[in-house]
Amino acid sequence: MDLITVSGPPSSGKTSVLIKTIENFLKRDISVGVVKFDCLFTDDDIYFKKLGIPVKKGLSGSLCPDHYFVSNIEEVVEWGLKENVDVLITESAGLCNRCSPYIQDIKAVCVIDNLSGINTPKKIGPMLKSADIVVITKGDIVSQAEREVFTMKVQSVNPKAIIMHVNGLSGQGAFELSTFIHDETKHVDTLEGMKLRYPMPAALCSYCLGETRIGKSHQLGNIRKIDLSDIK
Amino acid sequence: MSLENLLKLSIGDLFLKFPYTKDFFIDHLVPYKGHENYTINQLFNNMDEEVIEDNAINTELFISSLVEYIELMNSYFASEQVVENTVTIYPGTYKDGTDENFTKIEISKGEIISIVGPTGSGKSRLLADIEWAANEDTPTKRKVLINGRVLEPHERFSASNKLVAQLSQNMNFVMDLSVREFLDLHATSRMVENKEEMIIKIYDKANELAGEGFSEDTPITELSGGQSRALMIADTAILSKSPIILIDEIENAGIDRQKALELLISEDKIVLMSTHDPILALMGDKRIVINNGGIESVIETSEEERSILSKLENLDKTLMDMRNRLRLGKRLKFEEEL
Repeated sequence: MDLITVSGPPSSGKTSVLIKTIENFLKRDISVGVVKFDCLFTDDDIYFKKLGIPVKKGLSGSLCPDHYFVSNIEEVVEWGLKENVDVLITESAGLCNRCSPYIQDIKAVCVIDNLSGINTPKKIGPMLKSADIVVITKGDIVSQAEREVFTMKVQSVNPKAIIMHVNGLSGQGAFELSTFIHDETKHVDTLEGMKLRYPMPAALCSYCLGETRIGKSHQLGNIRKIDLSDIK
Repeated sequence: MSLENLLKLSIGDLFLKFPYTKDFFIDHLVPYKGHENYTINQLFNNMDEEVIEDNAINTELFISSLVEYIELMNSYFASEQVVENTVTIYPGTYKDGTDENFTKIEISKGEIISIVGPTGSGKSRLLADIEWAANEDTPTKRKVLINGRVLEPHERFSASNKLVAQLSQNMNFVMDLSVREFLDLHATSRMVENKEEMIIKIYDKANELAGEGFSEDTPITELSGGQSRALMIADTAILSKSPIILIDEIENAGIDRQKALELLISEDKIVLMSTHDPILALMGDKRIVINNGGIESVIETSEEERSILSKLENLDKTLMDMRNRLRLGKRLKFEEEL
């Protein structure tokens, strides 16, 4: 079984791109399973189910979804093996732009969209910078020049990645993506001993633990103050 | 540039040698100001752990990416001279697997080709085959040669050397920039040498194509449909590196389509047009007819068809005039010669 981790900012088109890509896998008789990670709510699993493939979803609730992802990925892999799929795809949203659920030696795909603004590539951290493949969506509604500028911006933060343009609505580019993200010779049996590509952010303060009151006396743990001084 | 040599350079020297690397430091949130005399390793060794963590800097990845970025940029400049002259399409199969019935289709720069066929017939697939320089590895099994040869994998999937630029009705400008700022940004990202000249050329051409002129200070999101289309076409013709321009229907309103096509041709582009507008289709040299996922035939535009073109253009002009009269609050009159 090959494992592919897909992530990207919310609403960038991950699910649409994946559905079109999976359709191409199924046409070539490659079986696929999907596990969708999200925070509070998702019904994307319904869309995946329509493809007739095994699907699971995981809602992280009050936890950071990427932390939740890492603590569950081993079980997810076991599920994929049990389902006997050729390709297992995990999809998760990078909600804080700092996290990245990529694992060393496991194919990492980042999906971002042309509408998100040209400074976005700079704002997204390791999720974009350490991806193997960057998929750019929504190219059908912006101008050629904006696509070119956006692509250059992505390239300048991640020159190693293969950058692809995929239209999540028409599926243009999805066939090509399907030939890239799956390596038939790759077999993942366990993630035991593997490592994340980049550490997740350190954050542990009273608010992580459910504190709602505001004020210094309620702030415990890893607290940092904003610099509001006039001195430059 | 080898990794070894890179690590010997001071950051200041690196910026002098490869000016674009400065933006690379900025984009990766690596603070270098005041440390230009350091080498990269010295910079990271003297950097606060907290800064590295806060800016999510992966020092190893940063250095190896930098090497790759310099290589990429060098190849970008080097490939500037290569011109794609011809695209050759060899047959594949229809959706049902039967073979396409043509020997080969050759398209040269400066040619306009229309692509016609019902919705869902496979126009997009043909364009995607061209865009990806298919090598019998797409669902149609077509083979596409560029300048008579199969492209290497790194050429096919290079983001900075894309073969096809696209223009369509649905495209809009989304950036909050003025016309001038927008052109400046695009020219900068293309790293052209004669930036100022390019910007003026595009601006002038766009104004020529647009029915109504616009100023340099207009925000691009406030341009009318015709003005946007005119600016997109002029910008793509002059500044886009892609040798093939794919046009998905351009509407009639507010843009001189003939001039637009002439501009693209004069910039040595290959123009592929997906259209069912007879005026546009007849402006093309030939048209590719698609059905059931396959190329059914290639029709050369005949002399007779060309003679219809002028009549169609007159009809089109009459309609436009009527539209203008309506806009100005006048009454419409039926004219006999129509």
